[in-house]
Amino acid sequence: MAVTVLLPGPLRADAGGQRALHVDAADAGTLGDLLDAVAAAHPALERRIRDETGQLRRFVNVFVNDDEVRGLQGVDTVLPAGATVHVLPSVAGG
Amino acid sequence: MSVTTHLAIGTRKGLWLAHDDETGRWSLDGPHWLMQEVPAVTWAVPAADATGPGATTVPRLLVGVRSEHWGPTVAATADLGGSWQEPDHGAIRFPEGTDSALERVWQLVADPQRPGRVWAGCEPHSLWRSDDGGSSFAINQALWEHPHKKDWFPGGGGACLHTILTDPSDDDRLLVALSTGGVYRSSDSGQSWQAASRGIRADFLPGAEPDHGQCVHKVARDAGDPLRLYAQNHGGVFRTDDGGDRWVSIDDGLPADFGFTVLAHPTTPGTAWVIPLVADVQRLPPDGRLRVWCTTDAGASWAPNESGLPDDYWGVVLRDAAAVTTDGDGGALLFLGTRNGWVYTSADGGGTFTEVARHLPDVLSVRAVRV
Repeated sequence: MAVTVLLPGPLRADAGGQRALHVDAADAGTLGDLLDAVAAAHPALERRIRDETGQLRRFVNVFVNDDEVRGLQGVDTVLPAGATVHVLPSVAGG
Repeated sequence: MSVTTHLAIGTRKGLWLAHDDETGRWSLDGPHWLMQEVPAVTWAVPAADATGPGATTVPRLLVGVRSEHWGPTVAATADLGGSWQEPDHGAIRFPEGTDSALERVWQLVADPQRPGRVWAGCEPHSLWRSDDGGSSFAINQALWEHPHKKDWFPGGGGACLHTILTDPSDDDRLLVALSTGGVYRSSDSGQSWQAASRGIRADFLPGAEPDHGQCVHKVARDAGDPLRLYAQNHGGVFRTDDGGDRWVSIDDGLPADFGFTVLAHPTTPGTAWVIPLVADVQRLPPDGRLRVWCTTDAGASWAPNESGLPDDYWGVVLRDAAAVTTDGDGGALLFLGTRNGWVYTSADGGGTFTEVARHLPDVLSVRAVRV
């Protein structure tokens, strides 16, 4: 199934300048599976989103359609067919 | 041949590079890595006898960078910030099975004895080694699995390994310092580590003088005797003359015993500098006067700098925001940066200071090189 990943401005350079990635993900795959696929093509992008333990970085928010995944099952959230995954920086910093 | 001093200034919101071609006027270039903190910088100097295609006199700069959102990384430039190289997969990644992730690179040291070797001190408490110029690092397992590890906890800044000292007299000797954790040394290239903090206070721990667990803020090695070291502790300034078997207090004569940094003269034995702050609970220069205090007798006596640093000043100099390098003529060039964003230098061994830069973000790290 096709999943669209929308990227914020600071991460686009790590995806060849693209605003959106169209990833062919496995049916019933999880967000973690999707990020594995992203890592294969764009490793520098993936490590900005999650750390080497596989956890989302603290101040990165990921929405599946309109739902923030920490309120779902985190990286184990199953992606619905045709999902849009939106990566955004959270409110942080000084 | 002309000589230029390059100064890397890592701040909380980017990196600046300052250059002085011996005119005394500093040119400032930046920001690089805008809105990312730069707590660690190190210069790798090309071999003096390098010749042939690709030979260069331009030093290579490695930086530890951390974005609040996108995490930490290590990057390098071989053209003074014109372009940056950053390994796609990240130069430092905790191995599977450690259940840990890199939080921050606190220290980078280009090994002066071994070209291509770079050491990194990181959070959580860990030591890393690169033999490819900083493109990839391997964790030091002996320290990561040290039996004392259960006793180390984060200081105010984090669980950091912030000091890495190689030994010019013995390639197999290493010394590191952790906050908290204390000083550890190895005589077998890092295959084993022994606590080397006896005599250093730990006012925040109950009971008798501890063997380890102190919050040592910075350690510097004396120019004349590799077994003589100076430590600025979280309360107290100390010296050892036996590589860390025993430390003694040397803060008599200082206006306060707290501080973050200590520097040792690169060529003159017995000479070192500290920048005192009032106390743990009042991290400000005594009487609001920013001063660098110098000893020329290994801590028996201390004197402040004469001029050039401000009064009515309420900022601090952090542990890696001070640096010293040789002036090429047996003397020392000192640099310091403040959390208020001012950078100063001294060309007379810390007697007088002049301004390099002002109005930068909080300065976290400075390192200089002359080529």
